[in-house]
Amino acid sequence: MSAGDMTLTDTEAEARWGTQPGGVKPRRFSPARLGIYGFLVISALFFLIPLYVMIVTSLKTMPEIRLGHLFSLPGEVTFQPWVDAWLNACTGRDCNGLHPGFLNSLKITIPSVVVSIIIASINGYALSFWRYKGANLFFGLLVFGAFVPYQVVIYPLIIAAREAGLYSTLAAIVIVHTIFGMPILTLLFRNYYASVPIELFKAGRVDGAGFWQIFFRIMVPMSVPITTVAVILQVTGIWNDFLFGVVFAGRSNWPMTVQLNNIVNTTTGVREYNVNMAATILTAAVPLAVYFISGRWFVRGIAAGAVKG
Amino acid sequence: MIAVAVGVYVIGIAFTFYWSFTSSKLFPNNNLVGLDQYRRLWSSDRWLVAVNNIWIYGVLLIVFSLVFGYLLAVFMDQRIRQEAVLRSIFLYPFAMSLIVTGLIWQWMLDPNLGIEQTLHGWGWTSFHFSPLVDPETAIYGLVIAGIWQGSGVTMAILLAGLRGVDSEIWKAARVDGIPTWRVYLFIALPMIRGALATAFVLQCVGVVRVYDLIVAMTGGGPGIATQMPAVYVIQMISSSQNVGQGMAAATMMLLPILVVLAFGGLAMWRRRRRAAMGATP
Repeated sequence: MSAGDMTLTDTEAEARWGTQPGGVKPRRFSPARLGIYGFLVISALFFLIPLYVMIVTSLKTMPEIRLGHLFSLPGEVTFQPWVDAWLNACTGRDCNGLHPGFLNSLKITIPSVVVSIIIASINGYALSFWRYKGANLFFGLLVFGAFVPYQVVIYPLIIAAREAGLYSTLAAIVIVHTIFGMPILTLLFRNYYASVPIELFKAGRVDGAGFWQIFFRIMVPMSVPITTVAVILQVTGIWNDFLFGVVFAGRSNWPMTVQLNNIVNTTTGVREYNVNMAATILTAAVPLAVYFISGRWFVRGIAAGAVKG
Repeated sequence: MIAVAVGVYVIGIAFTFYWSFTSSKLFPNNNLVGLDQYRRLWSSDRWLVAVNNIWIYGVLLIVFSLVFGYLLAVFMDQRIRQEAVLRSIFLYPFAMSLIVTGLIWQWMLDPNLGIEQTLHGWGWTSFHFSPLVDPETAIYGLVIAGIWQGSGVTMAILLAGLRGVDSEIWKAARVDGIPTWRVYLFIALPMIRGALATAFVLQCVGVVRVYDLIVAMTGGGPGIATQMPAVYVIQMISSSQNVGQGMAAATMMLLPILVVLAFGGLAMWRRRRRAAMGATP
């Protein structure tokens, strides 16, 4: 299956079912149709209810939450929990809310996405057009790297970062994200460039273009679609990361996910559910926005990331 | 550059493997102790619970999300209205981090706040559903959260697979009078093996890596009831200051991946050889 299958169209469905079926046209409200819609609507509720609960609870006051009507709309809408989540929520002794985490996540995500995509596109290009010795071995190892659990290599990386004096810095977390993004991204770009006609490459060679010239003049301008997929994949992946953030970034650079977890799972004090839920929605906002704006591209990215090789 | 990327994995794994044979505590040392760390690992309750849990979690999550995902895909394939809206609804949880997912379901399953409390409030006071509180059932709470987050992706991948099935097949099946459900089960399902494999691999990778969800939802508790190998490794190299032990556990995590990849590689090699032999009989 290729990622291209993701762009399903009405015409395909039409080809399958036929515009005018030979038999009786299915009635709109047959019991079977009702069952289909029933199942889909109940499933949709299963997926939607948690989000609904989060939103309404984040707009309620704590006394109202204690009454225990989880599903009811807020009696009096308050936006104070959102303000608190952003500015005042406490993690241990610091009570600055989530906004430092948001800035940290930006500082981590933007360079990580840019650097990893630049390197991966060059790697993918080199792998698909420049047949050098050991290219197949590299490729095999990359596929392997895509499956390796992070825990297997995380400790040697900690030691390496410490030796290099980078541990607990922004540079360390950016490097780590770049390394762990490399297998999937390289495969993504390699598969994309593999579908580019080799004649284009050969024409470039005949005209005397070198490695970089062909890359910048021919490949880069053609890479807009795959780069979009890669950006979506990386932005959501890195924004949602928790493990690397908590291990490599250091306390002052902790990303939003880490701060969120600290705010919510602190054992001291009264649990302010409304603030916690507002904070949770805020943390999810960026990847959700990416998801809703990118639409089908998002699915394409997931599928492309999963089909390795 | 590519050598660096590959080198990190190879060298990293080599170090992890090496340190698993040492008595490293807070910092790695070179004091070789043979298989001691592995012996200790496999006699540790915490690790045994973790291994047991990842099987329960993995099998349940993969089976449920494939079955549920395929059902959703089949139902979505019935020329329904508002398909795009439903698709967005089924898929959006996957865009959110596992930390967020874990927190959401921690609240939904909290007996003092979530579903149980609400149904009590509606008068159904005998209703009991709070899996996270009980060590026996906490792992199933994690499975619910996992299904919520991952089923939509399975649906999307399988639906794309279904839409790729040749329309002639459907016409032929209809002419032969085969009931639709049988077509989906016995004809379409084998034809979308590629999509199934993709969804399966995606879920497997997610299962082995599950860490954030545990941290956010249960913290490995109650007690050690929801320990997972990934959590065990991190605990060993951080709070427990037992690097040798953590490296042994990490090496064990690599083992199933190696086995699966070896099988995959073998299957590919045999297919290629058969193709080569078929070409020159």
